[in-house]
Amino acid sequence: MNDRWKPLTRADPSGGSRLAQFPPQPQRAQNSRGGSQHPVYSRHSNGLEQFFGQIGSEPGLRILDLSGASQANIAFITNLGHKLYSEDLLQSLDQAFGDGDFFANQSAPARVEEFLEQSLNFPDDHFDGVLAWDVLEYLAPVLLKATVERLSRVLKPRSCLLAMFHAEERAESIPAYYYRICDGSTLLLTLRQVRRPAQFFNNRAVEKLFQSFESVKFFLTRDALREVIVKR
Amino acid sequence: MWNKRREEDSTPRPPTTPAPAAEAVREVPPAPAPALPIKPAAAEAPRGVAAIGKSVIIKGQILSREDLYLDGEMEGTVEVPEHRLTIGPHAKLVASIRAREVVVLGAVNGNVEASEKIDLRKDAKLVGDIKTGGIIIEDGAYFKGSIDIVRGSEAARPAPSARPVPQPAPAAAAPLVGAASAEPKH
Repeated sequence: MNDRWKPLTRADPSGGSRLAQFPPQPQRAQNSRGGSQHPVYSRHSNGLEQFFGQIGSEPGLRILDLSGASQANIAFITNLGHKLYSEDLLQSLDQAFGDGDFFANQSAPARVEEFLEQSLNFPDDHFDGVLAWDVLEYLAPVLLKATVERLSRVLKPRSCLLAMFHAEERAESIPAYYYRICDGSTLLLTLRQVRRPAQFFNNRAVEKLFQSFESVKFFLTRDALREVIVKR
Repeated sequence: MWNKRREEDSTPRPPTTPAPAAEAVREVPPAPAPALPIKPAAAEAPRGVAAIGKSVIIKGQILSREDLYLDGEMEGTVEVPEHRLTIGPHAKLVASIRAREVVVLGAVNGNVEASEKIDLRKDAKLVGDIKTGGIIIEDGAYFKGSIDIVRGSEAARPAPSARPVPQPAPAAAAPLVGAASAEPKH
């Protein structure tokens, strides 16, 4: 195996023994403020390119970013003239369901409803695009179904959602990233943590997940991250 | 001793040939020097600035006509229309804020309107909607809400009733988001 494609050897907080393939040996680069160092790498993203191609070029659109606020994403999206809504869904997940069994907690209907009211409480047909990144992989089936329904509701008809899914089928732990937009077709990925996914998604499972949407488009990549654009 | 130079020359060096990069995925070179000057976190009120200490609790309205450092608990509204408001690391605000410039180091729950810019420092926590001429957000800051970048003259207005459609700005990364968009376009 090429050294540049070694599995990530970071301690797994969820106790998983098998780790997903981590993309190239990440370089430990300092963030712009000289803060803590995290592995980062950049990748070309056809999905991102399609996303911004499909939402339209006129300014004033509403974009929801579920990866948390970052200077890069704010700069890119607001410089296009759009309004950005920021929500760190993974952090909200940990806060809402982190006590006890993380995935079992996501099956309690009352807690699911409370989570959605706190994290995705937006009017119907509000957004022109949603950048969901890889967060859907960490949602247990009950919460996942409710979340996708909620995202479908808050998206305007014919608007787009960008999601990512790891392709490693037997991985017990996968890297979760911060996704930072460098330009319209390039992403900078910073490792956030390694954590256990709720379930594995093959192409059929992804299609089934978004069956209420008008279309699902896959972008196969050379690393272990599949990109999906769904149109409501 | 006399052969020092020769010894140095004979020291094996790592190969300088760069490793081949994958087509779709490439490594990132070390981050360049910070685009923004790193300001010290204002853990204490600067001298000569009006300050409200961390043990003070206020309910109501603050209107300041000079720079203000607020490090206590506050519930209500804060207006510093022509100056800078610094929200200290111990501050807990449930308030709507309006200022020329806002620097956040503590926790704010409420909408913020900063006509010039807002600066969210590491460990800052802001839940609410931001309307500003420019924004700086450090890694580690938590923000939940919407960001509306308003253009020069509009940002200066106290309470705009109708907003013009924002114009797209150059996509080049600017240290201060929204700052570049205030410049005239040709």
